[in-house]
Amino acid sequence: MLLILLTGCKEKSVSYIQSDTKETGYEPAYGDTLITGSIGEPSVLIPMLAGDSASHDIAGLIFNGLVKYDTDLSIIGDLAESWEISKDGLIITFHLKKGVKWSDGVEFTASDVLFGFNTIIDEKTPTAYKEDFLQVSKAEVLDKYTFRVTYKKPFAPALSSWGNLVVLPEHLLKGKDITKTTMTREPVGLGPYKLKKWVPGQELILESYKDYFEGRPYIDGYIYRIIPDPATMFLELQAGGLDMMGLTPLQYTKQTDTEIFKKNFQKFRYPVFSYTHMAFNLRHPWFKDKRIRQAIAYAIDKKEIIDVVLFGLGSPATGPYVPNTWPYNPDVKNYEYNPEKAKQLLREAGWKDTNGDGILDKDGKPFEFTILTNMGNNLRKNTATIIQWRLAKIGIKVNIRVLEWSTFVNEFIDKRRFEAVILGWSISPDPDQYDIWHSSKTREKEFNFIGYNNPEVDELLEKGRRTFNTGERKKIYFRIQEILAEELPYIFLYVPDATPIVHSRFKGIKPSPIGISYNLPKWYVPKPLQKHAMEP
Amino acid sequence: MINYLFKRIFEMIPTLFGITLISFMILHLAPGKPTDVLADFNPKITPEARERLEKMYNLDKPVIVQYVLWLNKIVKFDFGESFSSDRRPVIDKIWDKKQPLTERRLFITFMLNVITMFVILVIAIPLGITSATHQNTLYDRITTTSVFIGFATPSFWLALLLMMFFGVYLGWLPISGLKSMNYDSLSLAGKIIDRINHLILPVFVYAFGGLAGDSRYMRSSMLEVIRQDYIKVARAKGLPERIVIYRHALRNALLPLITLIGLSVPGLIGGSVIMESIFGIPGMGQLLFMSVMTRDYPVIMGIVIIVGFLTLLGNLLADIGYMLADPRIRH
Repeated sequence: MLLILLTGCKEKSVSYIQSDTKETGYEPAYGDTLITGSIGEPSVLIPMLAGDSASHDIAGLIFNGLVKYDTDLSIIGDLAESWEISKDGLIITFHLKKGVKWSDGVEFTASDVLFGFNTIIDEKTPTAYKEDFLQVSKAEVLDKYTFRVTYKKPFAPALSSWGNLVVLPEHLLKGKDITKTTMTREPVGLGPYKLKKWVPGQELILESYKDYFEGRPYIDGYIYRIIPDPATMFLELQAGGLDMMGLTPLQYTKQTDTEIFKKNFQKFRYPVFSYTHMAFNLRHPWFKDKRIRQAIAYAIDKKEIIDVVLFGLGSPATGPYVPNTWPYNPDVKNYEYNPEKAKQLLREAGWKDTNGDGILDKDGKPFEFTILTNMGNNLRKNTATIIQWRLAKIGIKVNIRVLEWSTFVNEFIDKRRFEAVILGWSISPDPDQYDIWHSSKTREKEFNFIGYNNPEVDELLEKGRRTFNTGERKKIYFRIQEILAEELPYIFLYVPDATPIVHSRFKGIKPSPIGISYNLPKWYVPKPLQKHAMEP
Repeated sequence: MINYLFKRIFEMIPTLFGITLISFMILHLAPGKPTDVLADFNPKITPEARERLEKMYNLDKPVIVQYVLWLNKIVKFDFGESFSSDRRPVIDKIWDKKQPLTERRLFITFMLNVITMFVILVIAIPLGITSATHQNTLYDRITTTSVFIGFATPSFWLALLLMMFFGVYLGWLPISGLKSMNYDSLSLAGKIIDRINHLILPVFVYAFGGLAGDSRYMRSSMLEVIRQDYIKVARAKGLPERIVIYRHALRNALLPLITLIGLSVPGLIGGSVIMESIFGIPGMGQLLFMSVMTRDYPVIMGIVIIVGFLTLLGNLLADIGYMLADPRIRH
């Protein structure tokens, strides 16, 4: 659900602001191959065992779930035809689609789901996604096409958890140690593509599954090339070795602004489900004071950060949700850039420059603190530099320390040895953020590492995950955002845009809030434009 | 001679042991654990689940115990299993028997290094000799300057420039990888040409940076030799300069180079990490880089022991080569 945004993670290729779609009179046709690149190599192709984005990129094409997110972020059936939720919210009954076949020809049934469920909750399965399923008290197969789960208590994010993590072919895995089977590298799935060949360190070649239950995908082949160096990847794109990749802001705005690119490629842009923020250690005596946090917020110009760091490819964040999604509250307290107001708040809190060195002080101590961030993410480092410059203008001295990721997490975050950090969260379409804001989640390795504690927010978070009605949940999360905007445990900085580029011969791409790749099986290359034939 | 060899091989064992011990300790001193990839900042992982994961990998035990566990396996030539989520045996990652020989990581790295070394020697030796025989001339200065430019140029930068020029602008050479998309459908000759095309840029960039060392050594060693009395004698006998240099002087001047080659193994493997990452070459260097990033201890240790062994082997071969070439140290 929530993962910190790691540097260099390949953005999922998705979009809804499209720069130049040329809808043409071409007919959809079967054939051709899409070549994309990744800096990392997948490690395992069973979704529940995978921890990295590369593995999920590929596993997502091979496995489907019971449900999935629609383009408007509502939940719709995937392998499930329909479902019912009992009035008390404790029981979900899924009715599965009939006649869906695994790529080895065996029919998919409810016992495959039960098998997947039993596997994911098994002690011995090394998976990062157990938690949602441990809330289930009973899972049962009612008949071949009906699957029912009962929860211990109402749990609103429950429905969305029945994605592709728990659908496994029982007939191939029963009685086997899942980490040791050939399935991890030669998976049998039921998704639009199946793995044809995996050349370690080089590429994964997928071919379309002709009997895919939603219809044979138009594009016959999908090649995932492993190119560890991002600069090399961009050159490969220019040389025709790649059809699709995620661009950096610099590449999107400047380097692809040439005639060749405009002619041969289509660019997309849409907000990523993540935000970058500056978090304060609320145990620190200075940052305990709300006025200080607000003063810093007034002293930072978010627009400037977006323009400079992201080349304008992002939007200001006001809370922990993505603008234009249903949980997002657009009317919370906004901190427009206002250094005068910032100074005034600091004065109220007792900070004055008494010795005339340009730095505010109180009780003989200068206002000086350190912002930590992780190495390898230049966006964060540059953001920190701009904040440093802006805060210097109101008399606060900021130091920046960039640390290697593991050191950063183990020595500073976990041990609470920080004053402020710049980090990012990636967020799920479900608004539950219990783990980040609830006051019970402050132990080591838990995610309320700033020590935020607000009884009203605690209560709202608990209520939010018990409520199924979207309208009511919306009210709850709107209120949480109001409180967070007033109290500012984080200064929410920006929501970056994903900026994928795709070769222009690919048609049928329909940008949406969840991106572009959701309808990959419906993409096509018109016959006269086809480039690569897939070897039989 | 045989006794000496046995002694040397026997001495390799404690050295290798020391290498693994120190590497293992340093590896575990670095912050971070293999489980971080899965568990760090992932709210779906409870602290209990994290502990379970750590237990599974024996990470809850003291480092020295972990080392002994690893050592116990390695003496039986069992490299263990990778900590990454694929859990593959380390040996399969480095030397995948299911893949053809030319696709195995160790082979790829080894071949890349052998080819590079060969190219370096073929260029550096004549370059060193000629700059020695033309000491302090314009030619000497030009070659010296150029090899130092090669030495000082950051390889990743040069690599990108060449990729842009030959790959994108001219379109003559492939940019990354080891073979083309249509490789399988090529004829044998086509396959060989395709492979060579893919190797031109990496080998050039790699060798360009390595020329300085060998050519300078060659030059100074040659300069030393041609001042010796026996060269004077050869010249006094009235031998042509060509024979004096290439028959009498060169043999002796080459001796230090044997040692140099033997010692360059770890440096070359280190360079592979960078080269293979830039050019997307699926060798052992790339695997090492990815494994370090994810703290995949068994894979890192597997590569360390292979590189350590190759280094010691390089030293041994250099010594043997020296012994064969120079009768003075045979005793």
